[in-house]
Amino acid sequence: MRFVFKTTYDADINLFKHKTQMGYYFALFAAVLALPLYFVWTGNPYLLGEITAVLIFAIVGMGLMLLTGQTGLASLGHAAFMALGCYSNILLLNAGVPWLIAFPLAGLIAGVVGTVIALPVLRLHGVYLALATLALSIIAGDIIVLLEAYTGGVSGIAVPDISIFGYEINKYANPYAFYYVVLAVVFIIALLYRNLLRAPTGRSFSAIRDSEISAQAMGINPTRTKAKSFFLSCVAAGLAGSLFGHSATYITHETFDLVMSITLLLMIVIGGLGFIHGAFLGAVVVGLIPVLIANGRSLLATTFGININIPGLESAMFAAILMGFILFEPMGLYGRWLKVRTYFELFPFYRKDMFRRQKSYLKTERVQ
Amino acid sequence: MSHAPLLDIKNVTQKFGGVVAVDDLTLHVNEGEVFALVGPNGAGKSTVFNLISRFYTPANGSISFNGEQLLDLVPDRIPSLGIARTFQNIELFEQATVLQNLLVGRHRHRATNVLSELFFLPSVRREERRHRHAVEQVIDFLDLQPYRDKMIAGLPYGVRKVVELGRALATEPKLLLLDEPASGLSVEETQDMAFWIEDIQKQMGITVLMVEHDMGLVSAVSNRVMALADGKELATGTPQEVQSHPAVIEAYLGTSGIQKGGQQAEKSSAAKSAPKPAKTAAKKASAKKAVPKKAAAKKPAAKKPAARKQATRKPASARKGAKS
Repeated sequence: MRFVFKTTYDADINLFKHKTQMGYYFALFAAVLALPLYFVWTGNPYLLGEITAVLIFAIVGMGLMLLTGQTGLASLGHAAFMALGCYSNILLLNAGVPWLIAFPLAGLIAGVVGTVIALPVLRLHGVYLALATLALSIIAGDIIVLLEAYTGGVSGIAVPDISIFGYEINKYANPYAFYYVVLAVVFIIALLYRNLLRAPTGRSFSAIRDSEISAQAMGINPTRTKAKSFFLSCVAAGLAGSLFGHSATYITHETFDLVMSITLLLMIVIGGLGFIHGAFLGAVVVGLIPVLIANGRSLLATTFGININIPGLESAMFAAILMGFILFEPMGLYGRWLKVRTYFELFPFYRKDMFRRQKSYLKTERVQ
Repeated sequence: MSHAPLLDIKNVTQKFGGVVAVDDLTLHVNEGEVFALVGPNGAGKSTVFNLISRFYTPANGSISFNGEQLLDLVPDRIPSLGIARTFQNIELFEQATVLQNLLVGRHRHRATNVLSELFFLPSVRREERRHRHAVEQVIDFLDLQPYRDKMIAGLPYGVRKVVELGRALATEPKLLLLDEPASGLSVEETQDMAFWIEDIQKQMGITVLMVEHDMGLVSAVSNRVMALADGKELATGTPQEVQSHPAVIEAYLGTSGIQKGGQQAEKSSAAKSAPKPAKTAAKKASAKKAVPKKAAAKKPAAKKPAARKQATRKPASARKGAKS
């Protein structure tokens, strides 16, 4: 086990706990930077597209993690905020705004509108808040249809390509460049998220999550703090929505549906609530399960001649995985990783109930 | 201390439906003193705290602190005036470390905004170091070093109680509200708490208003005591005066005769529209029987910690060294 001898307060303030940890993250960063080279070599960038989709889910996952994992507010309306960002981005691009301005602006619009919509809802707790945001998710589709003149309604709308200083990036024409664009956004948002967590605002979010009454007694304004969290969360959702639009190249009123909202929430629960890593791990599970199923299906068909075409297989597997996690590993994939790591760090002194008192469920409601 | 009191509560009444929890209460806390509120369960002591914290809004009356009218403010503005509190049933941030909990206590001193924090500008780092320095002093004061990076969820009750005190101290308050600081603590922990309260008053110059049932702790540390029953003041004075006050003895132990006890119960049921029937009935029925037993049980318990404290009292510095 590693013991870090801390000699300055900065040891606790810095991004990385120690040099080796910093090394791991730099190695990871180098690996994801070099990843497209592999696909250039194989010449088949199909899987890179899937990885890009995972990264887009990770962006909205981080946004939702901030809201649900850090602040303790469950939202079933994040697909609606993604839609808001996506359509804003398209409309701005169609109006001739350069992508580098339209894209962040789309995030801001999603954040501002999301917060304005959410302000009255934020007074609700726990399951009531989830229900109110669920309603948002349902209404969003209808609003998109009603605003047909702008959104294309049921027939949908084409998403313009990303253009950075005249350099056109299309997901199909240039998957590598699109991957790097998404990666840059992921990197920036992860960094900002991490920064927030080590600063007073991040701590005030956790304070609101764990005990609203004593947060108030420490001078934290609950409504304002929740609104801040909602704003930041919606910005991330809006940005992810914009990128999702670029990735899909054509979107309709059904692209951002209720199922997506639910998937997003399940994603962060599977990944591990309250950890940035959880957003990524959950996104990997959500993004790669369809790929695995498709691969397994074709493998069965080619080698054994068995054709499985069960409708809803994907959802069923997803549901089974989720139930498994809630029953056996409520801390999610990242929680499992922490346990495995602790097991090896303390070997042979790990005790079975070491994590017993840790969080085992999402606490959004507290009886006072 | 002849000038205006630090905390001035005037004619405050708080009702919950038909129950009058605090009834036309007037009290003042002078700067630099330790003021204790005592009384039986349901006397309205914690309600007074929640009124000062502005979690409740009284039906009438006024509360002023340092010349500011508290009733004009929302709950989360109270700490910025310099009022910090602890809770009867510990309200810590469970999924955070001790250090993070104490740092939340520094919230009212933060000088950075979300935007600068997102980019972690040098000013944010500077502020973080400053907050950490202040928190470390609290950690040193309360001997919390072994628990610094521990999650609250895994800590024993006694330590949580101290962490909560530490979080309140981290706000650098002028007035500290302690809601039953010794409840659930062992004898040794209660002694530590007594020393800390004394140090908080004398070294840090923080005024303390506390609710406490442990009369040993109350008489050891407080300058003035107010006994409450049914939301009304029974007596105010030094701990000895209040403990020997006839009204206080009556409220705690009942009266010696059944007839008198009955009268008292009737009086209180007349005063309140919905008294606690079970309690008054029990008092009526068992007044005679319970008195000698209760008195016998209570007296030594109340005296003991005080006596022990006298014996073990050492200068703060010597004690710190001895303990670690």
